[in-house]
Parts: sequence; C-alpha cells; structure tokens
Amino acid sequence: MARITTLPDAVAELVRDGDVLAMEGFTHLIPFAAAHEVIRQRRHDLTAARMTPDLIYDQLIGAGCVRKLVFSWGGNPGVGSLHRFRDAVENGWPVPLELEEHSHAGMANRYVAGASGVPFAVLRGYSGTSLAGHSPGVATVTCPFTGEQLSAVPALCPDVTVVHAQRADRAGNVQLWGITGVQKEAVLAARRSLVTVEELVDELPPQPGAVVLPTWVVDAVAVVPGGAHPSYTQGFSKRDNGYYQAWDAISRDRAAFARWLDEQVYTGEVRA
Amino acid sequence: MSEVSWTTDEMMTVVAARALPDRALCFVGIGLPSTAANLAKATHAPDLVLVYESGTLGAKPPHLPLSIGDGILAETADTVVSVPEVFNYWLQPGRIDVGFLGAAQIDRFGNINTTVIGDYREPKVRLPGAGGAPEIAASCREVVVVVRQSTRTLVPEVDFVTSVGFGRGAGDRERLGLTGAGPRRVITDLGVLEPDPADCELTLTRLHPGVSVEQARDATGWPLRVAADVGVAEPPTAAELGVLRRLEATVGGRGGPRA
Repeated sequence: MARITTLPDAVAELVRDGDVLAMEGFTHLIPFAAAHEVIRQRRHDLTAARMTPDLIYDQLIGAGCVRKLVFSWGGNPGVGSLHRFRDAVENGWPVPLELEEHSHAGMANRYVAGASGVPFAVLRGYSGTSLAGHSPGVATVTCPFTGEQLSAVPALCPDVTVVHAQRADRAGNVQLWGITGVQKEAVLAARRSLVTVEELVDELPPQPGAVVLPTWVVDAVAVVPGGAHPSYTQGFSKRDNGYYQAWDAISRDRAAFARWLDEQVYTGEVRA
Repeated sequence: MSEVSWTTDEMMTVVAARALPDRALCFVGIGLPSTAANLAKATHAPDLVLVYESGTLGAKPPHLPLSIGDGILAETADTVVSVPEVFNYWLQPGRIDVGFLGAAQIDRFGNINTTVIGDYREPKVRLPGAGGAPEIAASCREVVVVVRQSTRTLVPEVDFVTSVGFGRGAGDRERLGLTGAGPRRVITDLGVLEPDPADCELTLTRLHPGVSVEQARDATGWPLRVAADVGVAEPPTAAELGVLRRLEATVGGRGGPRA
C-alpha cells in the first residue's frame, strides 16, 4: 500500500546511493521536481535509466549524481544537444559517465520483461547495427518453434522507479493519462516506486485512456503540483517549450549551469 | 518563370513532403521529417496518417510540435498507446508504410549514423543516439532519409551503424532478417539519391533546380554514381511555400524559432 508523504521524505527513504534509478515519462509527465530533490539530497553513484535522458538527466548528470547512464536517445527534443551529457561523455566532467545504450524498442522491451517477471525480451531489431557490438545487453536467440534468429535484451529492473501522474486518491491509487510512455512497465519492473501527483482526490473519476497503478504496486505518493515542469501534465499544464530552448544556453556553459543549480535547485524552490 | 524564391532547406522539405502519398501511414520523427509530413498533410495528402513514437496514432496537429510528445499530438490523435505498444504492435509487424529518418552520417549503402563521430569510446562528437531509428529502418515498408549533403554527412563508411540501410550491398537486408525495403530515397538539399537496383549503391537520380551534377559530386564523400537520365525536380509552388512558412512560424505553438 502506498503511503501519502512529502517529496523530501519519499526521496530520502526510497532513492539510495548506488541505486539503479529510473525516472520515466516520455516527453510528457517527466518527474523534474523529484529529480531536483535527488540532487538536493546529494545522491551519487546512481545508474540512471531512462529512454530519453532529456533535460532531467542532463541536470542529474551535470550535478554529478550519475555514474552510469542506460538510455536510448540523448538529445534536447527539437532543440539540439544535451550539453551536460555531452560534456560528461566527451570530457568526463564533472565525473566520467559510463554508457549502456539501446534503441527505443530495446529499452521499452527491457522494461516489459522486467514488469513481466521474465529475464529477457525478444524483438526484431539490432540486426546489422553497431549497437549490438557495443552493448553487453544485446544477444541473439533462436525461436524454438520456427528457428528464426531474433534479438534478445535483458530485463531492466530498477531498484527504484519515479514517475509523475495527474492524480491519486487518498488510498494511493494513481491515475495518469495522455502520453503514458513506459511508466506502467517501469513501475511494475521496479523494487520500489515513488509517484508525484498534481492533486490528491477522494475518488478517481473515470478518464478515457487512463492507466491506473493500484496502490499495492506503489510505495509512496507525494503531492507536487507542477512537478513535471518544464515537461507537462495533460489537463493541468502545457509543455514549456521556451524553457527547453533556453536550456541550450544554460547547459552549454559549466558556469551558467552551476549558477542554475545554485539558484534553482540548492536554494529556494524550483519554479513549478 | 516564378518570382517566388526559396531556400535549399525549403526545397528539401517540399521534395520530402511530395514523397508521401495520400492515405499512407507515416512514422514521423521530430524536426524536418515532422515538418515535411505535416506539409504533405496540409497540401496533397490530407488523409496521411501520422504516427509519432510517443504512441500518438493518427495525430492531426494544427501547428508543428517541438517534440514528438507535445500535448497537441495526444489531443488530436485517433488513439494514444504506450511506448512498448507503438514499437511492438504497430511498427515491428510492418504496418507502417513510410519511415522518415535524419542522419549525421550516411554511407553509399544508406547505412545511418546518429550515435558518435569518431571512436565510440573516445568520440569527437557524441550525438543523441538511436531512439526509434533502428527499428524504423528495419520494419517500415520503406524509408525516406533527409540529410543536408556534404562530404561530412555523405561518407564512404559511417563511424557507427545506428540504423541499417543496405548493409554492404544487395542481399544484406534479407540476410539480416530486415523486413522492410530500406531507404528507397535519400533527399538532400541538392537533389535525390536512390539505390541502384543492381547493387543498392546510392545513385544521384534527380537534382534540385539550379544545382549541377558537379556540385552534388563535390558534396559527396565517395565517387558519386549519377543516373543516365538524371532529372530536375519541380521547384516549390507558391502554395507549398505558403503552407510551409506558416507551419514553421508555429513550431511548438508559440511562433518561436527552431534551433
């Protein structure tokens, strides 16, 4: 059963140094406020898994929290590079960053395997690419029924998964809708899970296309209105595309990034 | 002679849009592919079906999204599915007609690199990586690649094969178990390259207006093969340019410039 708690308490309890941490949300519902709390609590040596590192992991990487990144597409969508990610890979700043990379289909299927309780997933993919040779997590399997060669990827089971959702009820049942990405799979694959929500309600109203995470697969729920900014929460906020464009200049320069960390994360509340 | 002038990027986008037949199912990446697909939908292909990897099937955005997951895509989609579902149920079985890809490097057999320039362990430039591209390249019925042509982008051999075109030549796609037909068209800011039916080497088949074969050769990192009957593409019409410029003025719904 999920406990309703505060974000600092939930992060202190559920996110630990050295964890395999997944903070998912495919462009939509990215749990930025929770990531900033992870930075404030100075978590380190994390293996950070996420399909699209996006600004959220650019920030965690720049802050020195991450030792290894497991991902499939590391850009600033529609804008360009993730400069903190690039600085870590190209120059080892602020700490060297180990990479384990996949395709989107590979990452999505790794979570599916984790959620399903099987050790690997099967897909058509990777054949003929250099990805197979550079990732220890890609292998070939032979179909026992047809003899066809297919690719296999290992289950991804995070120590802790963090997601953002529209709302939860007081029992801790979580409801999310719009672009729901791989959040359901990432939560079900994880040993521990934390959900930040826009609002707490007495009863979850019916919502077409919604994913419901029952309270018994969630460890903690924290109410954090605007917790996905500059990503967005369908029905509550719009994606702050201007912020994504402005991030390019902030992240390009180490000093500008350090100022951003000081002003927006270490002191005061992040603008929600 | 038309008095309308256009940029080479606009010409490239218009030619990419024209490559999309009406009622086709198109897997759309962000940036120029999304612009071209939405241009096609707003002009000759109103029933083009746009599928974005965020799981939005049949999106009809009234303005260009900045990301593949902008809210406007979910709000206007026929249905929104999870990310595992969009790849496993919709892309993998070969339901999508056309996949649109960009490239940092592409080689003479249409193999694409979007991962690193230089050595993988000590890269000169670290690029975003694979995203949905490897499976789009593998499983769409055909692939259209859009890339600005230079000796840095059209290289004899890519530094990293992120997405497979024709491997090392004819027969490789079948040998690798790739179900789609691969890159049937590479559209650049100078012209169009298509695979030679005999050995799959990319061959210049069309030039944009005002571009010479020599310019195309000079901007290619290998001795470029040129079709005997190389044609010239129709310039953009005033209508195409009008729609394109209106779309580009509204990226992300804010009218801001795209970097």
